[in-house]
Formats: sequence, C-alpha cells, structure tokens
Amino acid sequence: MSDSETTNAPELTVSELAANLKRTIENNFDRVRVRGELGRVTIARSGHMYCDIKDDKAVLNTVMWKGQVNALPFRPEEGLEVVAEGKLSIYAGRSNYQLIASSMRPAGAGALMALLEERKKKFAAEGLFDPAHKKPLPRFPKTIGVVTSPTGAVIRDILHRVRERFPVRVLLWPALVQGDLAAAQIEAGIRGFNAMTGEDRPDVLIVGRGGGSIEDLWPFNEENVVRAAYESEIPLISAVGHETDTTLIDYVSDARAPTPTGAAEIAVPVRSELLLATGEYGERLKRALTRRAQAGRDRLRAARLPRADALVERPRQRLDYAATALPRSVLSLTERARGRLDRTGLALPSPMRLVQDARQKLTLASTSLAHGLGRAIEAKKLELSRAVGGLRPAPLRAETQRARKQLTQAAVRARPALDKILEQRRTRLEGHAKLLEALSYQSTLARGFAVVRGADGTVVRTAVAAGKQSRLDIMFADGELSAVPHGTTTKKTKAAPAEKPKPPAKSSGSKSGSGDDQGSLF
Amino acid sequence: MATKAAADIEKMSFESALSELEQIVSKLERGDVELEESIAIYERGAQLKSHCEAKLKAAELKVEQIVQDGAGNPRPEAASFD
Repeated sequence: MSDSETTNAPELTVSELAANLKRTIENNFDRVRVRGELGRVTIARSGHMYCDIKDDKAVLNTVMWKGQVNALPFRPEEGLEVVAEGKLSIYAGRSNYQLIASSMRPAGAGALMALLEERKKKFAAEGLFDPAHKKPLPRFPKTIGVVTSPTGAVIRDILHRVRERFPVRVLLWPALVQGDLAAAQIEAGIRGFNAMTGEDRPDVLIVGRGGGSIEDLWPFNEENVVRAAYESEIPLISAVGHETDTTLIDYVSDARAPTPTGAAEIAVPVRSELLLATGEYGERLKRALTRRAQAGRDRLRAARLPRADALVERPRQRLDYAATALPRSVLSLTERARGRLDRTGLALPSPMRLVQDARQKLTLASTSLAHGLGRAIEAKKLELSRAVGGLRPAPLRAETQRARKQLTQAAVRARPALDKILEQRRTRLEGHAKLLEALSYQSTLARGFAVVRGADGTVVRTAVAAGKQSRLDIMFADGELSAVPHGTTTKKTKAAPAEKPKPPAKSSGSKSGSGDDQGSLF
Repeated sequence: MATKAAADIEKMSFESALSELEQIVSKLERGDVELEESIAIYERGAQLKSHCEAKLKAAELKVEQIVQDGAGNPRPEAASFD
C-alpha cells in the first residue's frame, strides 16, 4: 500500500495499458513464423478459423481470417504439426495475445530447416561468413548489376529507388528466383557479371527476390549460390525476402538489405547530397586559397624592405639633433666651468686683498664713526629746534584768547541758566521750608493742642512766660488768633492757661479771626 | 601540362575525382603548402570539382537487360521494367 503511494509510475487505465501492449506487440512481432501442433480447431460460421498452436509448454491462440482459410491447401485438424506465419496481436477484451496467421502449412518443411542449420554450420566452419572476407562497397557505382526476376517487383523497386537517389546504369541479369532452376540461374548471374569486362562490368551486384515461404526462398540457401556469392569479386548485396527471412546468401553477402528498396539505398548515394558536398568542397577550396594568398600577402607585406630614404631618415634626424645640441652643450660646459672657477676664486682671496679689505673696513668704520656722531648731533639739534619752535608765544596767545573767548561765551550763556536754577532752588526751598514748618506740628494741633507764641514770635512754653507777654499769638489747627494774657494761674493746671484763653480765642477766632489770621499769616 | 592534367581528370571516375578533391581541400586548408603549389592544386581542385559536378549532372538512369547472343555470350540490351 505504502509502496504504491510512493511510486512515480503513472496510473494507466486498463484500456490504455492494453492499447500500449497491442502497439508494442504488433510493432515488434509484425511478422513471425511459428511451428507447433494444432490444438482445438474451430471454423466459425463467419468463415474465420480459431485454433491453438502449442508445444509441450505453451499455447498460442491463433486466428486466421476467412480469405486465408479458404486458400489453405490442406485441411487443418487437431494434432497436425504446422508452420504458421503472421503477426502477433492482442485481443484486449480477453487479456489475450494471439497470432493473426496469414499462412499455414504442414510442417514438412521442418526437414528443410534442419538442412539449413546443417549447411549454415558447415559454411561458417569453412569461413564463408568471415567478416574479414567482406568487400567494401563502392561509394559511387557507375553500373549496378541486378540478379533477379525480370517480372517481379524487385527490379521495379530497385529502379525506382535508384532513379530517386542517383540515376545510374542498371544491368539486369534475368533469373528465376524460385523453383528447381532458380539456384543455377542465380549462380550464373553472379558469375556472369563477374566474368564481364570493360564498361559493362557492374561495380556492385544486387541479388534478391520478394518474400515467400522457406521453400520459395530455398534457392538462396543452395550451396552453389552461396559459393558464387562468396567468390564474387564484385561487391554483392543480398536482398532476399522480408526482413525476418534469413537465407544463407545473406551470411556471405558483403551487405544484407532487408528489402530490394533497401538494397538500392545501400548501393547508391543521394545525388543532391553529393552535389551539395561537391559545391561545398568548391567553396572550401576557394576559401582556403584566398586565405593562403592572404597569408602570403601578409607575410610579403611584413617582409617588405623599407624605402632607402626611410632607412636614412632616422639616423639623419639623430644627427641633426646631435649637431644642434653640440654647441649648446659645449657652451654650457664652459659656463659651468667658469662658474666653478669663479666660486673657487672667491673662496680663496689673496692675503694682500684681505689686508686691503680690512683696512678698507677700518677706514670705513672710522669715517662712519665720525660721520655718525655728527649726524647724531645734527639729529638731536633738529629735534631741539623743533621743540623750541613749538614754544613760540604767538600760538600760546591765540590759544589763551580762544579759551578766554570760550569762557566768556560760556559765562554769558551760563548766567541766565544759573539764575534760573537758583530761582528754582530758592522757590523749592521756600516751599519746602513752609511745608516743613506747617506740617511739623500740624497733627498735634489737630488733636487739640495749640502753639502759643509771644509777641516776639517765640514759642511760649510756660504759663509764667506767657504771663509776661503782652500779647499771645495762639495757633490752632485751623488758624491763629491773638490773645492778651489775663492774670496768672496755678501751677497745677498747667494746661489751664492755655485752655482758658482758648475758648474765647476760639470763639472770637472762629468768628472774626479768619480774616486777620489770613492777613497776618501772609 | 595543364591540358594533360585536364585530360587526366576527364577520365577520372566521380569517386576518384571527389576523393582527390577532398584531399586537395584538406591539404589547402591545412595551409602548409607552398604558395605556388597551392595555386596549382587549387586549379586542379577546381577542375576536379567541375568534373564531379558534370558527372553528377550527367548521371541518368540507364536500364539494360543481359541477353545471351547466339554463342551464349551475355550482352546488355536496353530494357524497361515499368
């Protein structure tokens, strides 16, 4: 179960499988010959024959259609040994494979098969089938010799194919291909062609006939034919019967064709292909020569001698360069040498010169000393005179005048301002002084106290002092009034004198004093 | 010499002409031939090629049948099997 699940094999339907098998079987067993004993034989009302062919181990279901059954030269019956020919097929409806027999004959031919096997062994032992003996076929035969019946399909098939592929000369050697006389005629054909000379002699032979029974094909198993084929100097192609038929001539021939048509294909190439090949050879020939010539031309060009003046050009150029460079280089050499010489000369002054130089320096120094001193004095003198020049009275006067003028102007401008400032200050001061005076005891006055001043304006502090005054000025919170002391009072009521005059003062002051007060105040 | 060679080629079979042509082509393609020789063999190759083509184009089906003359000697005789 698990195996079938893991396999990749596709699932076929039974019909698909059957069709597949049928195809396979029919393709591979399209012509078989089988020998065996007939089992049960049934000829149906339709005329078809159903029978079994069997041996001791196997059974083969066999069908023969009505047409062939009617042509049978014998009456098939159970137990008869037969050789049946036909194709294998599958009868899918009953999972059954079967032989569709096209012919059937009694197995008397079994004797021929035995003889065939015997001869085959003999010829093989003789080396007649030796592959080393086989001759190569010509690629392009001019003449094909055919040994076959002039009336059969073989020669027509061959001619047809030859015409298609490569029309050449075909020479037919007429021969019977079945019956008692056949073997001799076939041998005569093979040997006859080999005996021919000149233009007529074929380059290749085809020996053949169509399909048939073993008896039909028997001439091609005959020793004389086999030996003639073996001894043929002209390469020989055998084309006997169908593909499944094998005769002894097939073993000795140089090539075995399955059919006459196949023999023609082996014998001749295809002309159109050859024309193509020839054309291609022509092209290759041209290309190769062109390449060869080109290669030669290239080499020639590579090997060509340069022009004479071209040879000289380069050296001449070098010479020119050298000639130009020569004077320059000599000059620069000289210059360099001179330069070196000069430097050397400078580096080594003579003693005389040293002394001279020193003396010169000394002279120079002393001269410049004196000179320098004078110049220093001069410089200082100049400085001094400049300073002195700066001290002259005229500029000083001018400066003073200017300053004085400024001062005057400033004073003139400053006066009104100053006056104004003074005035303002004074006013403010007076204001403040009055305010100060007014406020200093104002609150006290408001509480009921009064300030008593004498006639001289001094504050009267005691009753005694007050008694001595001729007049008292009493200042209340709301104004002043004048009073006249009127006797002394006891000491104990210190405030009484002050209060005593107060009511009258108060009343009078309040009635008539306001105008007086105002007037006296200002 | 050229005419001799040409005459020589005329007698050649298609097969031998073609095989010589093959040889010439491969020899020339290898390029190891002297230039002068390569021109000579090219000429021969060209002649062989024309010869082959002529042979191919001239090829035609010719069907004959062997008949025995009075003395029993075989000889070909034009025949048709259509």
